[in-house]
Amino acid sequence: MEAVFLAMVLMLSIFLGFELISKVPATLHTPLMSGANAISGITIVGALISAGGESGAMSSYLGAAAVMFAMINVAGGYLVTNRMLSMFKKKDTNQPGGNS
Amino acid sequence: MNPVIINLWYVVAAALFIFGLKQLGSPATAVRGNVLSSLAMVIAIAVTLFNKEILTFELIVIAAVIGAVIGAIAAQKVEMTSMPEMVALFNGSGGIASLMVGWAALYNVGNTTFTDVTVLLSIVIGGMTFSGSILAWGKLSEVMTSAAVVFGAQRIVNAGILVGLVVCSVLFCMDPAVDSPYLYAVIALSLLFGVMAVLPIGGADMPVVISLLNSYSGLAACAAGFAINNNILIVAGSMVGAAGIILTNIMCKAMNRSLGHVLFSGFGAVKQATKVEGEVSRLSPRMLS
Repeated sequence: MEAVFLAMVLMLSIFLGFELISKVPATLHTPLMSGANAISGITIVGALISAGGESGAMSSYLGAAAVMFAMINVAGGYLVTNRMLSMFKKKDTNQPGGNS
Repeated sequence: MNPVIINLWYVVAAALFIFGLKQLGSPATAVRGNVLSSLAMVIAIAVTLFNKEILTFELIVIAAVIGAVIGAIAAQKVEMTSMPEMVALFNGSGGIASLMVGWAALYNVGNTTFTDVTVLLSIVIGGMTFSGSILAWGKLSEVMTSAAVVFGAQRIVNAGILVGLVVCSVLFCMDPAVDSPYLYAVIALSLLFGVMAVLPIGGADMPVVISLLNSYSGLAACAAGFAINNNILIVAGSMVGAAGIILTNIMCKAMNRSLGHVLFSGFGAVKQATKVEGEVSRLSPRMLS
């Protein structure tokens, strides 16, 4: 039953993801890609549980390495997206008519 | 903390991820969207630390600090013109993280065959995301040739890798042990497959490929979520997976190409690819509007 419930969650989230993105202006393609990439760093949640768990040393080390890599993804992803967007904003204030 | 309360916080985080991703798609709200999404990530990480299964924190703190410092420095240092490469590298590190989360889940007791299959999925998708992203980075930053690399038996080699992946996965599921040679074979083959998939694509198409790999890293996180029975991984991972596919499609259309054309143009099957292009452009406005 648990698996069926999770499959339902999966199906709904996929449809949600399809519907969320539509008619993105070309200037936002790279920031949006980077922002979505940062969200995929959510795997850090699983890494934390493995790293702190008691399933043996190997599991902890794998988890810790995963925490490090996922943290690079999360921290770097959000900061880079923010940098890109701040550039974009400056451009917009220079040309007030240009934000379509 | 009670697992129910943790999961309720995950619901809050999922809602914030949804708002964040939605707002990132429009110029007026993009900055706020990124802040909301990062807030969701902070909530998800903070609440997870209260999970009763986490007993020791030394490794976590050390690994998280190292990762955060590397990520922050890389994000500050990178030139504005080389952003796509940077995103590729971050994406690759997310992929290898999912691979490791899946691998570590094998050490849990009481795994079912369903768990083993999801572990293998997270290893395969995470592995090919990692090696593919590294290769995409190499092509964009011109560490290696940015031209499409094609050799004669490429299709046969790729088919061989795929067959090998399936065979090793089945053999592993029949006798799932953490030191099974088939596990290492699956890891090696998935890394090889990521390289082979990106190799025949030219440097100019790399942004589209990175967007597709970004979608894969979401799917890898989703598979890892199934392996450890975690809701927020499944929701956020599959959402990114689906949004990434749509974004890839939008980017292809902006370049007046089809995804099939981008992925297989290196094989010289131009006639077939243009056929695909016509079909896609007729269908997609109806689907997207």
